[in-house]
Amino acid sequence: MTIRIADPSSQEIFRPLPLPATIAEPRKQSADAPTTLAAWAGRQRVYRFLLAILGLFALLLFWHFAVRWALLPVQILPAPEAVARSLVDLATSGKLASNLAISVRRVALGFLIGAGAGLLLGSAMGLSAKADRFLRPTFLVISQIPVLGWLPFLMLLLGIGEALKIVIIAKAAFTPVTLNTLNGFRAVPDHYLEVARIYRFSPWQLLGKVMLPAAFPPIFTGLRYGLTHSWLSLVAVELLASTEGVGYLMVWSRQLFQLDTMIAMMVVVGFIGFLMDRLLSAAEAFVLRRYGGSLT
Amino acid sequence: MTDQLARRKAASRSMQQRLIGCITGYFGSGLTLPLLILAGWGGAIHAGLLDNRLWASPSAVIVALIAQVKDGVLFDDVAASLQRDLSGFVIGTAIGLLVGIVLARSRLVDGLLGPLLNGVKQIAIFAWVPLISIWFGHDEPAKVAFIALAVFFPVMLNTYDGVRGIDSRHFEVARILGLNRWQRVRYVILPAAMPAIATGIRLALIYAWLATIGAEYFFASGTGIGSSMTDGREQFRMDLVLLGMAMIGGIGFMLNVIAGRLEDWALQWRDG
Repeated sequence: MTIRIADPSSQEIFRPLPLPATIAEPRKQSADAPTTLAAWAGRQRVYRFLLAILGLFALLLFWHFAVRWALLPVQILPAPEAVARSLVDLATSGKLASNLAISVRRVALGFLIGAGAGLLLGSAMGLSAKADRFLRPTFLVISQIPVLGWLPFLMLLLGIGEALKIVIIAKAAFTPVTLNTLNGFRAVPDHYLEVARIYRFSPWQLLGKVMLPAAFPPIFTGLRYGLTHSWLSLVAVELLASTEGVGYLMVWSRQLFQLDTMIAMMVVVGFIGFLMDRLLSAAEAFVLRRYGGSLT
Repeated sequence: MTDQLARRKAASRSMQQRLIGCITGYFGSGLTLPLLILAGWGGAIHAGLLDNRLWASPSAVIVALIAQVKDGVLFDDVAASLQRDLSGFVIGTAIGLLVGIVLARSRLVDGLLGPLLNGVKQIAIFAWVPLISIWFGHDEPAKVAFIALAVFFPVMLNTYDGVRGIDSRHFEVARILGLNRWQRVRYVILPAAMPAIATGIRLALIYAWLATIGAEYFFASGTGIGSSMTDGREQFRMDLVLLGMAMIGGIGFMLNVIAGRLEDWALQWRDG
């Protein structure tokens, strides 16, 4: 095979290369084709939303017919309509509202106590190396034992009253908040501290202008974990040792074999957990937006 | 002269003194608080400040520990708990890996089932206990199913993230080499997603242990650390309860360490 070297002076090198037929003609654009990336992204979101709805619908349909054709006995799995109906019943009879209020109140109180203590301890350990050395081993031992591990001990001490739930929920929030606060303060970059030293900030100014804003994101992450753990522990405690609240409703409906109510309560528990997390991340976004200028 | 004296004094420190010096040097002032708490606790019980029918002193816990080791009860409990933990962990991890890979590789399945799984994930794990008790009863299968469920979600989520993040060029190479589906999984997907999968498995080990304890509380039957803690609570034996707490913490800590080592081992080829 001979290799032809084009003569630079000839016109040959400027002849366009023969393109394959498929790309020789550009694809015909339809009149309403999206011309911006945002429009395409919007369409993708709509498609995914529709697909998700389709998936949910397919599952509900499958569930409905599984029960209708008695693939599973109705003691094992009630029909979706029954679950929906019992959810409506719970809501209209006020049972859901009253028990939910009790549970949410417990979580709020326990979380405030636990997160407050966690913020205090985490700040102390994060800001002062001496405090860290002194308190760290004890804290590590306490945090190694999971919240559920404390339950029998606390039940012996406190019985099964309200105090038990509050303490358990507080403990559940305490560990993640402390850890994240501690790490948040320790992770403040050294050059921030150097700048503060150059400006000769007093300790309070250092804390307010440098450490707190820099540590805010990890601290807030810790708060979100703390709330999630608090809700988890609330459900566990109410399942084991309670006469009111969402967990109690689940146990009660389980004992009466009212599976539709039980599954409806599971949906409620999931929804409330999701809502709590959403609320906190909205709060975080709000604070970042308002005070974002001075952060990081 | 005094220098020589000092050196000879230092050299003649006894073995115990050297050991204590070593420990305090390592832990430093961190030991003060735990020791104070232990001393205060034991002292308060001795002095009758704490009711000694309810409370158990540190020495009582040690006595209970020795008694349980001698009877072999401790070994049975720990073995039963760990066995449950392992079974649930293996099942949950296997299913989580499978579902995670399928969801990450198929946009269609992801679009259909992804949001559903995310929604189901929101349900607090303990809220599943009543349903599992109806489907699986109260014995071993129920506990293992609960643990597997707790393990499933972190493994699935991390596997999904890991596999989604695989560079598409790897798959192009796989297509060029003509790899079939299993070869693709083994030689492309798993190694490339290994960091994320390892994270998921480490989380799964932690959650599995927490779920094991929870399972033993909720499905109260058989042996296990949680079961003996429940028994201890019902019999008002705080020494057993405290012993169980120490066991849970100790085993949980060891599992964390093992999980960290496993993760390092699994990822070592990346540094090499």
